[in-house]
Amino acid sequence: MAKQTYWEDVEEGSELPKLEKNPTTQQLVKYAGASGDFYQIHYDKDFALTNNLPSVILHGALKNAFLAQMMTDFAGPEGWLRKLAVRYRGMDQPGSKVACKGTVVKKYTEGGNHLVDCEIWLENAKGEKTTDGSATVILPSRAAATPVR
Amino acid sequence: MADKYVTDEVRKQIGTRSEPRVVEVERGAIRRFAEAIGDANPLFSDEAAARTTRFGGMIAPPTFCRSLGGAIPEIRIDMPEFRGLDGGSEWEYLEPIRPGDRITMVSRIADIQERSGRLGPMVFITVEHSYTNHFGKLCALQRSTVIRY
Repeated sequence: MAKQTYWEDVEEGSELPKLEKNPTTQQLVKYAGASGDFYQIHYDKDFALTNNLPSVILHGALKNAFLAQMMTDFAGPEGWLRKLAVRYRGMDQPGSKVACKGTVVKKYTEGGNHLVDCEIWLENAKGEKTTDGSATVILPSRAAATPVR
Repeated sequence: MADKYVTDEVRKQIGTRSEPRVVEVERGAIRRFAEAIGDANPLFSDEAAARTTRFGGMIAPPTFCRSLGGAIPEIRIDMPEFRGLDGGSEWEYLEPIRPGDRITMVSRIADIQERSGRLGPMVFITVEHSYTNHFGKLCALQRSTVIRY
């Protein structure tokens, strides 16, 4: 299991560990199969071109999954991703790297939970934010011996 | 100016719910989903490692719910030809989803709005999906926006 981050270790304004991905057309096919989203713009180039797209494009939901992974990695096995919001701002094509990034906006306690709010986004290789959003995680506290959920 | 497509008749569909749909979560489906998104977190694939955590066993990655194929209520809007676009999702996670869970999914049309964009009138449809396990516990809520233009 990955190492655990505790609520006390987090500072407002700090950056989250980034997550880099290099999606390929093969990954889009795998994702189509695993998710059941068989819209052809994600794997059929001719279909994509006749729909005025530059090529096949990533499923928005796959970018959602990448950002969720960054957050569950950050929360660790003792933490819990409580909220996640994503808005798709632009298209991404396979064969080009994307990076999930984020910053800690606020840390606080509520209802006995130790919470961290984050601003998150996904950047393409040019540094353009093609997806943005927010996330809230519950982290374990060094002070509290109670489970986080 | 009155909306071109989102008439009072169309707005009456707000609040409509789908029939509940029950799906059993397969361990292999969780593993395949984690593999497709490229998430090597042992919580999502390694039962022995996941047993050592407070979850006591494998759980599903946050966006796995999407693969369960919830029924979306039919939305009738008189648009002769349109393209669809995934606008984004907001998630709340309350309980882990585990292999063997029987998840009941219900979708509800939460909102239908028309806005004028660069490409002419655009219709924003917000659908709420709830995922409840066989113990009657709400596991996740998803609020998704699809755009027709």
